[in-house]
Amino acid sequence: MIKSLITRFQQGYRTIGYPDPGATEPVMPARFRGRPVFDSSKCPADCRQCVDACPTQAITIADGKIKLDLGRCLFCDDCARACPEQAITHSRDYRLTVRQASDLIVNSDQEIKLAAALDGKLRKLYGRSLQLRQVSAGGCNGCESDVNVLTTIGWDLSRFGISFVASPRHADGLLITGPVTENMKQALKIAYDALPDPKIVIAVGACALSGGPYINHREVNNGAANIVPVDLFIPGCPPHPMTILDGLLRLLGKIEAGKS
Amino acid sequence: MTQTTPSSTMSFVEIINGQPLERSAIPDLPLPQFQNAILDAVQDGHRVAALFGTPHQDPAKLNVYAVLADDRRSRFHAAGTSVSVDGFPSLTPRCPQAHLFEREIAEQYGVKPLGHPWLKPVRFHRSYRAGTDAWNRTATDVVQAGVMEFYQITGGQVHEVAVGPIHAGIIEPGHFRFQCDGETILHLEISLGYQHRGVERAMQGGPDHRSLHYAETLAGDTTIGHGCAYAHMLESLSHCRISPRAAAIRGIALELERLANHVGDLGALSGDVGFLPTASFCGRIRGDFLNMTAALCGSRFGRGLVRIGGVGFDVETTLAADLLKRLDVAEQESRGAITLLWETSSVMARFEGIGTVPKDTAAELGMVGPAARACGLDMDSRRDHPSGIYRFSHVPVSTWRGGDVFARAYVRWLEIQRSIQFVRDQLKTLPSGELRSAVAALQPNAFAVTMQEAWRGEVCHIALTDAQGRFERYKIVDPSFHNWMGVAMAVRGKQISDFPLCNKSFSLSYCGHDL
Repeated sequence: MIKSLITRFQQGYRTIGYPDPGATEPVMPARFRGRPVFDSSKCPADCRQCVDACPTQAITIADGKIKLDLGRCLFCDDCARACPEQAITHSRDYRLTVRQASDLIVNSDQEIKLAAALDGKLRKLYGRSLQLRQVSAGGCNGCESDVNVLTTIGWDLSRFGISFVASPRHADGLLITGPVTENMKQALKIAYDALPDPKIVIAVGACALSGGPYINHREVNNGAANIVPVDLFIPGCPPHPMTILDGLLRLLGKIEAGKS
Repeated sequence: MTQTTPSSTMSFVEIINGQPLERSAIPDLPLPQFQNAILDAVQDGHRVAALFGTPHQDPAKLNVYAVLADDRRSRFHAAGTSVSVDGFPSLTPRCPQAHLFEREIAEQYGVKPLGHPWLKPVRFHRSYRAGTDAWNRTATDVVQAGVMEFYQITGGQVHEVAVGPIHAGIIEPGHFRFQCDGETILHLEISLGYQHRGVERAMQGGPDHRSLHYAETLAGDTTIGHGCAYAHMLESLSHCRISPRAAAIRGIALELERLANHVGDLGALSGDVGFLPTASFCGRIRGDFLNMTAALCGSRFGRGLVRIGGVGFDVETTLAADLLKRLDVAEQESRGAITLLWETSSVMARFEGIGTVPKDTAAELGMVGPAARACGLDMDSRRDHPSGIYRFSHVPVSTWRGGDVFARAYVRWLEIQRSIQFVRDQLKTLPSGELRSAVAALQPNAFAVTMQEAWRGEVCHIALTDAQGRFERYKIVDPSFHNWMGVAMAVRGKQISDFPLCNKSFSLSYCGHDL
C-alpha cells in the first residue's frame, strides 16, 4: 500500500494540458510525417515519379497540378524519396480530419477543409457526452492501439466526455478501423444497426478510409464508407493520437472550426 | 550435448537464416520419407517452423514444403514433396504442431489431409485452386468467418458461451466458443479469420511497391519484426549485405518495439486484475517507448524505418544522446510501476497458478516466444537463429517456469530489462556504415528462409522465386499462428471468468494469424 502511494507520487501528474487555454501546443517529433506538401512549380514536364512510386495510387497529376488523396495516403515518404526535384516534403501538421470524403482529395496549393462541428440537434446531444463503440474490421492493430492510447492518463479522453463502451446498444456512434474485410462486413452491419438513432460513424486510418495498403483486394471492401455512412474521416497509417484527438474535438465543436 | 545431425533429417537440406538456395537444391522426397523425417526430427526436438503448399505443374498434384527449426544447432532443414490433390495422409495425429499448417493447406489449395482430427477452415476464404474446396462447398455456398461446425459438448449442466467477433474492448475481432460446465471451461474453440486481407495471395508476383507496406501492416504492432524479416528476405535473395550501422539501428528499433508492447501488456494485465496503479503507469510508459521509435523515424510504430538494403533514418550523436536520456527515465519509471505488481498480494493471487500450460504441452504444440519461454522452453531466435546485429551482440534468453499468467508476465519483465540494456549498449557504440546498401534483382529460382524474434516470438518468412526472380510463393508465419492453441489449452478446466486475463497474458495477434 505504502509502496503504491510512493510510486504514485513518483509517477506524477501526466495528462497533457492541450487544448486548455494557455496550455502549450503539442510538439510533434522532428521526423513526424504530417500532411505532404507539394510544390508543383518544381515539377519537370511529364514527370510522374511520385505517381508511380505511391503504393496506393494516392497521387494524380492533372494540368500540371498534383492532387493527393489523403484517404489513400500512407504518409510513407515513398513519393518524396522518388521525387528528383525535392518538390515533396512532409509538414509536421497533424491536423488532417475532414467531414466529407470529397474533402480528402486536396490540391497541392489548397488548404485542407478541416472538419466542421456537428450541427444543431446532434451537437446538442453529443457535444458534451459521446459514447463510442470501436469496431476493428481488418485493422492491423496500429490504429486500434493509437485510439486506445487516448484513454490512457497521458491523454485522458474522458475529460472531453468521450468514452468507449462495450456494446453498440450503449453507444452513440461507431469508430471503425480497418479496410472492412469481407469476413467482418456482416458483423459491422449488425453493430451499426444495433446503434440507437441518431448515430454517427467515425472512420480512422487509411484502411478504413480507402482500403489503405489493401485497396482493391478481393478480401476487403475498400473502407467503411462502402458499408455504412461515415461522418468523420481521420487520415493516417496509423494517425497519430493527436490527429485522432484533433478530429474528435473538432467534431464536437471543442476546437473552433476556423482555427487551424 | 551432442552436436551431430540427427539421421532423420539427413534427407533434408540444411540452411541457415537468410541463406538463399537454388530451388533445385531442395530435396524432392517421396511423401512417406518426407513425413517420417518430420516426425523423427520433431521427436529429436526440432520444431515445424513452416509447412505449406504451392501449386505443382501437374494439376493433379500439390507441392508441399517443410521448414524445420533445429534451435540447438542454429540450422533450418528444408525439403519438399508432392501430394495428390485427392488428399494425403495427415501428420497431425502423430505431430500436433502440424495441425494448423495442414488446415491451412486444405483451405488454400482444396487438398485434404486425410485423417486430420480437426479439419476446419482457418481464415474462411475460397481455395486458390478454383473449383476446389476441402469442405465440398460449392461456388454458391456462403464462405463466411465462423460458419462451420463447432465442437459441442452436451449434458445436463453443460452450456455454451459464444464471444465475438466484436469484443468489448478496443481490440481486433475473433470468435471464441466455450463449452462450460457451470463456471468451468471444458473446452474452448477459437475461430479466427475475420481479419483476413489476402496478404500471401497479394505477395505472389512481387516484390512491388506495396510489398514492404504489407510487411509493415501484417501485424501493425510488429511493424519492425515483420519489416525486418521481409527486408532480410530481399537482401538475402539479392546478395545484399547491410552495413553494421543499419543492422544496429534495426536492432534498436526491434527492441523498442518489444519494450513498448511488453510494458503495455503488463499494464493491461494489471488492469485485468483490477490493479489500477500499474495499469495507468504502464499505459503511459508504453507511449514513451513508442515516442522513442517516433524520434527515430517519425512513426510511433516504426513505419518507414526498415528499408530494403538498410534503414530510412540515421541515429545521429545528438539523437542517440537524447534517446539514452529518455531510456534512463523510462527504465526507472517502468521499474517502479512493474515491481509494484510482484509486491502486491492481490495481483499475485490472480497471476499465480492461473492459465497454466505445462512445458511438454507447449513443446508439443510448437509454441514460441515469451509464452513458450514462460513454460521453461529455452528458445529465442535472436540467439538460436541470429541475423543482423544479433550475430555480434547477444541478448540473454529470459525463461521462467510454471507456464502460468505470472510466468508470462515475469518473462516480459525480464525481457524488458534485457532489451533496455541492449538498446543502451547499441546507442553508445553505434558502428559506422552506409544507411542503405544497393539492392540488385532477386535471384531467380531461389528458396530462402528468414526469421526474426519479434516481441511475440519468431516471425518466419519463406520465399520461392520463379525464373524471373519474382515471388512464386511468399509464406508468412506469425508467432501467433503457433500460439493460439496455447490459449485454448491454458483455459481448459479453468474458470471462464479467467479467460480475459489468460488471453491477455498471451496477447496474440489476430491479423498476424489471419494475414
